[in-house]
Amino acid sequence: MKVAIIKYNAGNIRSVVFALERCGVNAIVTDDAAEINSADKIIFPGVGEASSAMRYLQSKNLDKLIVDLKQPVLGICLGMQLMCNYSEEGKTKCLGIIDADVKQFIGGEKIPHVGWNTINQLNTNLFNGIAENEYVYFVHGFYVPLNSFSIATANYIVNYSCAVQNGNFYAVQFHPEKSATVGEKILNNFLSL
Amino acid sequence: MLAKRIIPCLDIKEGRTVKGVNFLNIRDAGDPVELAKIYSDDGADELVFLDISATNERRKALSALVAKIAKTINIPFTVGGGISKIDDVSVLLDAGADKISVNTSAVKNPDLISDLAKQFGSQCVVVAIDIKLEDGDWYVYLNGGSVKTNLLATDWASQAQQLGAGEILLTSMNNDGTKNGFAIDITKKISQSLSIPVIASGGAGKMEHFAGVFKHGFADAALAASVFHFKEIEIPELKKYLLSNKIPVRI
Repeated sequence: MKVAIIKYNAGNIRSVVFALERCGVNAIVTDDAAEINSADKIIFPGVGEASSAMRYLQSKNLDKLIVDLKQPVLGICLGMQLMCNYSEEGKTKCLGIIDADVKQFIGGEKIPHVGWNTINQLNTNLFNGIAENEYVYFVHGFYVPLNSFSIATANYIVNYSCAVQNGNFYAVQFHPEKSATVGEKILNNFLSL
Repeated sequence: MLAKRIIPCLDIKEGRTVKGVNFLNIRDAGDPVELAKIYSDDGADELVFLDISATNERRKALSALVAKIAKTINIPFTVGGGISKIDDVSVLLDAGADKISVNTSAVKNPDLISDLAKQFGSQCVVVAIDIKLEDGDWYVYLNGGSVKTNLLATDWASQAQQLGAGEILLTSMNNDGTKNGFAIDITKKISQSLSIPVIASGGAGKMEHFAGVFKHGFADAALAASVFHFKEIEIPELKKYLLSNKIPVRI
């Protein structure tokens, strides 16, 4: 199986590479259109700021490429937020794969949301074998509100959507690559889609 | 519900885990990769590695060690020790570290915090602060606790937050190594005045101390070293204890 991790200016993706190695897959990290299109599975990772990430994707024509992908795609963290219509972070238009607008956490608790939190209302094969209320690792200051594409929810200040799916596009707000055995199970589920 | 985090800290010297009291009587505590694996399998929520022998020659060896750790464990980890510029951080993040911690270099050059936050994001910038209580005030100390400054802990912690720190690792030198419990009051004061998470460190000796610093010190995470290395406290047992005291932890 060929797994491609989309390379762009968003954070450290080494931990995603290592996590996939632990799942028995040697992924390639690339921004080459042909390489990405020929992969069986694609991971769209990201830690960083939404508007600068969007600008970078546009400058490399990766925005159009991602939207047109037909194979299973997994967005992680910022990758999930960029799949939405719009983000309050840098007030940027995003890829429009998921019909939702990304909002900033405000008030009540420490921000960003950092650490291990539980996930609920799990749906689709991405969460095969994962129990309700399992803990996964989050680091984010912006969130995707509840929406009709939601396949998992979390609670921090508000109830929000921590995983979404639209057709072949899957995305999670948390970091499966840093979420111990639960995260590895989710990555393996994605690889088995 | 967001869980309180338990973080074992591994002091690294020349590739081995070591533990001493105030950097004296340093004892060997094992291979850091093996220990890291044991801790992550045991349910540690994160790990912190501090290279206490950090010099330029050692740094290459450290990044190789970081890569080994990153390949082995599946939880987040922070690396610190002797980091003073952006390039130091690039090397460690490229090797697979999730966060880095800065201490002395950030006090000497506060812009380092904002530079790192801009370049890599606040989420990976941990500002470690060593503090000591003197005449009723908590002062910031540098160079592994050997150099006193006139900075007050509360002032420096809020400045670090403003500059873009993602978390504060607060170590009380008065408590460190005593096993008499964490410095609850100053942890509470700083945790409640900041909007970023505070990791309490120094003084863990019993399971009650962890409960205390979460309940009364409002810490978001608690860090300890020797009680874990020498198996005086086992993480699964500690987490069961905390849960039975209604403190949310990941099991």
